[in-house]
Amino acid sequence: MTDASLPNTAGAPKSGSLHEVDARTKKRNAAEKRFRMYGVAAIATGIIFLLVLLFAILSNGLGAFQQTFISVPVYLDEAKLDKKGNRNIDDIKKVSTFGYNPLIQKAVLKAVEDAGIETPLKKSKNMKALISASAAAQVRQAVIDNPALIGQTVEFRFLASSRVDGYLKGRVHRELLARDKNIDAEHLDIVDGLKEVGVVKKSFNPAFIFGADASESRAEQAGIGVSMIGSLFMMLVVLFLALPIGVAASIYLEEFAPKNRWTDLIEVNISNLAAVPSIVFGILGLAVFIQFMHLPQSAPLVGGLVLTLMTLPTIIISTRASLKAVPPSIRDAALGVGASKMQSVFHHVLPLAAPGILTGTIIGLAQALGETAPLLLIGMVGYIASNPPGGVVEGLMSPNSAMPAQIYEWAKRADPAYYERAWGGIIILLIFLVSMNTLAVLLRRRFERRW
Amino acid sequence: MPLFWLFASVLAIAVVGFVFGRQRALSSAGGDVRSLHSLPNYYGWNVFMKATVPAFGLIAVWLIAQPLVFQNSIAGMIPASEIKEGSNIGLVMAEVRRTATGIENAVAAGVISPALATDVSADSVAVTALLKDAGQVVTSEISQSLLNAAQAFRSMNATGNLFMTALALVVSLAAGGFAAMQCTKDYKARNAVERGILMLLIAAASVAILTTIGIVLSLVFNTIEFFRLYPALDFFFSPEWAPSFSGRGGSSKLGILPLLWGTLYISIIALIVAVPIGLFAAVYLSEYATPRIRSIAKPMLEILAGIPTIVYGLFALLTIGPMLVSVFGQDGLGWMGGGRAVMTAGIAMGIMLIPFVSSLSDDIINAVPQAMRDGSYGLGATQSETIKQVVIPAALPGIVGAVLLAASRAIGETMIVVMGAGAAARLSLNPFEAMTTVTAKIVSQLTGDSDFASPEALVAFALGITLFVLTLALNVLALFIVRKYREQYE
Repeated sequence: MTDASLPNTAGAPKSGSLHEVDARTKKRNAAEKRFRMYGVAAIATGIIFLLVLLFAILSNGLGAFQQTFISVPVYLDEAKLDKKGNRNIDDIKKVSTFGYNPLIQKAVLKAVEDAGIETPLKKSKNMKALISASAAAQVRQAVIDNPALIGQTVEFRFLASSRVDGYLKGRVHRELLARDKNIDAEHLDIVDGLKEVGVVKKSFNPAFIFGADASESRAEQAGIGVSMIGSLFMMLVVLFLALPIGVAASIYLEEFAPKNRWTDLIEVNISNLAAVPSIVFGILGLAVFIQFMHLPQSAPLVGGLVLTLMTLPTIIISTRASLKAVPPSIRDAALGVGASKMQSVFHHVLPLAAPGILTGTIIGLAQALGETAPLLLIGMVGYIASNPPGGVVEGLMSPNSAMPAQIYEWAKRADPAYYERAWGGIIILLIFLVSMNTLAVLLRRRFERRW
Repeated sequence: MPLFWLFASVLAIAVVGFVFGRQRALSSAGGDVRSLHSLPNYYGWNVFMKATVPAFGLIAVWLIAQPLVFQNSIAGMIPASEIKEGSNIGLVMAEVRRTATGIENAVAAGVISPALATDVSADSVAVTALLKDAGQVVTSEISQSLLNAAQAFRSMNATGNLFMTALALVVSLAAGGFAAMQCTKDYKARNAVERGILMLLIAAASVAILTTIGIVLSLVFNTIEFFRLYPALDFFFSPEWAPSFSGRGGSSKLGILPLLWGTLYISIIALIVAVPIGLFAAVYLSEYATPRIRSIAKPMLEILAGIPTIVYGLFALLTIGPMLVSVFGQDGLGWMGGGRAVMTAGIAMGIMLIPFVSSLSDDIINAVPQAMRDGSYGLGATQSETIKQVVIPAALPGIVGAVLLAASRAIGETMIVVMGAGAAARLSLNPFEAMTTVTAKIVSQLTGDSDFASPEALVAFALGITLFVLTLALNVLALFIVRKYREQYE
């Protein structure tokens, strides 16, 4: 029995035509369109954020890979560098960098005069603002390496001071010079002139990638190389500790663990550790490794230990997933031909799960490489990582920095020239992360198996 | 004997044991592998395992215990007068350790003769001078009692190390020998080795528990120490944070409330940025997007999650901050004093959290059964009506869980706030003002300070435990909600 047979009491429908959309449907369709737009807008916003971020990194950081150099011939005056004239290396070593500065400044002044630049700065001392403070050490090293150079005129390629570099890169503006003690507008006129004759030139600066950090006043000299080595040693510690421990723990939990309280406790612990803020691991490292076990502060070994504990949950979770993906039939077949449980796991399941484990490990390492907060607490910032370590033991035990810690250190410094280096450091860090993640994706694609 | 050689000799014993055990088992079976219980290598591994594991365990325990035991007896040697005003026993002990290593290195370099190094009546001034000659880091003057303590510490360490070496070698030989004696053809070597491996696996799995215990203990002990020096009530309820580094204790005001407020405020702004964007993105990706768009947009959003936080910190400090200042600063609306502000850090953190919210919500929305959507379409609902009135309500508990997880991330985030939020602790409602957070203060109280005795340094541990409890509670709550929701549909 339906209502259809009843007489129509409600009256005829208000809109008769199927070709005309009524107001309510229009409203609903508009709402539908609006809602869809919100979704598109959200995704677009996210992607725009990503693009802005990448643009900021690239536009600010690419400059760090280029540096301004001043190439001038320097006359290595025998009267200044080797007064006795006997070329005795010990006598030559006695001349400190202060003895070299006048020679370099004179050489720059000569280059200015040769270029025919009109300038009120007639004294060679005035040239000090143009060149990096590292120039004297560079010449001194060259002379000590080869004392035969004394008395000759040798062409050197000096780093320009960070202000000159900033001027060429558009960071230092003439309008703001009034407040700057380090450089005047006249200096910039000289720079413009020298640039025209090709004495001042911007070119690729490998020292930024491979060099050591420099003191606060020599931004032009600072490089990320030494802290890269610090990061490398930390990653080695993480790899050699986190991978075996993580895999062993996952094998136990996935293959052997009985369902009991202890297993539950371990599982709860792992999932909680995965969510503990990284700074708490830093506190743990400080209290246990440095305060309690008296391991050296700022050592990559301690950093590596802390990062190991931090990445362990990541590696365990991904390893368990890949162990779980190996079908039970493999295990059953092994057991069926008489293997023990241990043999079936180590001879059959583990090799089949290896690509997945590797992928998870690489992703965990990438995470550890970018982590900064715990490193601040165990003292991997605040000093200048100036010398690359000599060997493995020294690399692990002697103080060093790490890439992200070095970037943080640069960002803290007052000189804006260091900001550019911080962005540049981020480019290098991201190159490492991107290649690690790409490797992980490729491995997964290459070895992924559907059972 | 240096540690390296000790390890090497234990390993050498084990390798010899491996060969011997394997040989012995084979010969007991008359060279016929078939009559052995296990494969020959298992006999070898059995010896290897028993020769190494107990010895290495002993070395590890000894290395951790020895300094603790000696420290206590040395600490008794130092007269109370030696502990200067404003110093404490811990600092003096650090000095003793440093001097002892200094003497050790100087002897190795040949600057100090072994006889002088152990001479109790050695003149402390002369030894100090010699140590400086050897390039060792020592304080300007070593007092006589400190020197004697250092000498005692050094000789105790030497005897301790000797004992450890001897004991480790004996243990290795004894256990290895015992295992080698076991190697007859009926011995179940494989079972023994597999039991051993299982033990190692269990030990590896327990590292997670050890880590948690380590975190809790290091936080709790130092926090108790802190509360001895500073009243707990003031810490939790005082609205003022003003640590003083000039005076020693007493004058600092260490109230957590302004820090908690800063943390909360920044996290709220981050969630206001991340939740709508992340949620709408997730809805679009799971309900509307074609597979092609999804395969492009989803990984792009997830790149944001793979970027290290230091990058977001720098982005906040050098890009977002100046951008906000140009709109809200002195030249614009005049609300903002400097680039570092709650808003700066909040926006950067929000960007970081977008992929977190979107991928978690995406999973949850995908888990809503298709039948529910079909039912809604069957009743004539449009797609957006279905999403708003069927899918979202069904997925709500999971989404709430995702938001809570994101909140816990935001509270624990360090680098962005250290670089973007400023250092001033204040209770204010203006989002364009600089404020600071719990994590930022942990960093600033603990960096560059090796003295953990003052309340100004110890407060970081109390802050740490607050942070730990807070994030843990949020995580447990989130997981509870998510798990409960999952049970409904599976």
